Amino acid sequence: MARAAGTGGWLGALPLLAFVALAFGVPAVAMVAGAFTVDGSPSAGAMAQTLQGGYLTVLANSVKLSAVVAVCGAVLGAFLAQAVVTSRSAALREAVLTASGVLANFGGVPLAFFWVATLGNSGVVSGLLGLPSGALFSFWGLALVYLYFSIPLMVLVIAPALDGLRPQWREAALNNGATTWQYWRYVALPVLTPALLGGVVLLFGSAFAAYATAAAMGAGTVLPLVTLKIASALSGDVLTGYENIGLALSLDMVLVAGLVMAVYLPLQRRSTRWLR
Amino acid sequence: MAAVIAEVAPERAAPPRLWRGVVLALAAVYFLVPLGASVWFTVHNPVTGFSPDPYLELWTAEGFVPSLLLSLGLALATIALALLLTLPAMLAVRLAVPRLRPVLEVICTLPLVVPPITFVAGITKSLATGNEVLAPTPFWATLNAIQDDAFPLVLVFAYVVLALPFVYRALDAGLRTLDVRTLVEAARNLGASWPHVLFRVVVPNLRTALAGAAFLTLALVLGEYTVAAILGYRPFAVWIVTISGSKGQLSVAVSVLSLVLTWVLLLAVSGVSRKRGMSR
Repeated sequence: MARAAGTGGWLGALPLLAFVALAFGVPAVAMVAGAFTVDGSPSAGAMAQTLQGGYLTVLANSVKLSAVVAVCGAVLGAFLAQAVVTSRSAALREAVLTASGVLANFGGVPLAFFWVATLGNSGVVSGLLGLPSGALFSFWGLALVYLYFSIPLMVLVIAPALDGLRPQWREAALNNGATTWQYWRYVALPVLTPALLGGVVLLFGSAFAAYATAAAMGAGTVLPLVTLKIASALSGDVLTGYENIGLALSLDMVLVAGLVMAVYLPLQRRSTRWLR
Repeated sequence: MAAVIAEVAPERAAPPRLWRGVVLALAAVYFLVPLGASVWFTVHNPVTGFSPDPYLELWTAEGFVPSLLLSLGLALATIALALLLTLPAMLAVRLAVPRLRPVLEVICTLPLVVPPITFVAGITKSLATGNEVLAPTPFWATLNAIQDDAFPLVLVFAYVVLALPFVYRALDAGLRTLDVRTLVEAARNLGASWPHVLFRVVVPNLRTALAGAAFLTLALVLGEYTVAAILGYRPFAVWIVTISGSKGQLSVAVSVLSLVLTWVLLLAVSGVSRKRGMSR
């Protein structure tokens, strides 16, 4: 019986492994190989080129935007989650958590059009506020748009951690003479730190990888992002050798994203330890 | 001591504090204004006044139905392929080869680390290289077949990769609630064949997890833009962008509808998982 299951078992896992090797492994190898090719011969030239001049600026733009979105989204999301978690209205809690689930998954193209309709050049609210034309397509405009999915994502990530803060800890701290500030500074925040940092990292990753929203808004002309740069390197009529730059930029992105994940996973493990 | 307790107790029963109200009000403004403004944008025209026309015009708009059908077709194929690949593999690592479990976990997390734009960069490159390398071989026809404009299988493959993390987590949550080994061994001892075990024993027990995985994949495929746009196909999300230049109201109307659709799909997922919770 065990032996029969053994052979059957291997066969069961085989199609998935073969599929991933083909559909994921081949593009990955092609990307890395292309990133280290210039004019058909192996070279680190394209990689070096992406780390200087205009390409470095583009990469820095993306990192800056993602960092701002991650930090702002984490702080605002944590406050919103705390407001909801400590409220006694179960309906409010349920509504906000469900809405967060929807909005965190609601990136991409429709999100871009929502904001264009609201704050774009002929948007409903920009008319009322008298916003200057193009305000939405600036750095902070794009950050505002990205927060629309980042804050809900943070609420989803941090709500379980906030739920895990036992009221007894607060009572114990207050009974021992701590002020509310001291409770947060010395008890709650240290417990929450891994979850908060994990949230920041997750938000950074999702903002960094976002392409569809910025592309649909047509943000590339004002604020060149690395995802937009890769897209323009890949599509349309381009100079020869430009494709390798696109692949090299892709590899840069994967390295940044991988670094982010390498920070995130240990943090996540640490935060779950306290919040059983 | 009594004084301390008296101090703490009323605080916990205190009326909603100011900061909470402020936070909730700001959040409500930030999240609801774009929704309201978008709906207003679609139904109000400064020249002609109110009309729900964009929502009606939609169905006859050029390209709407074909692109939606393409997206739905891609979604169904993606769901079928993702489940057919993932479920047997997950059963295998539980029943027979637990050594492979960390491997499977890593494989099913990797697509989260890799930004879709870089994934599609790799796909573009491999298709171009494949075109050169495979040209003299019969595989060249295969390579062209998967890039067929009518039904680009290459998108299905890409979407299966992108969906793997969600499918894996949904199925993992479902399998945790089952004693798979006992179920399978009982069925095998009673003489059931492997396909019989899979489709008549395991799948019915995993109905809710499979439905959850399917809904999440459906939402992902319907909203996917990056891969399809770069590879030059025109499913739903790409279609919205192509019409946005000439028909702004229409593209916002479609966005409103797709938010409603996302909402319904995700409510369906949580509804399904709640039902499972109650029936257990």
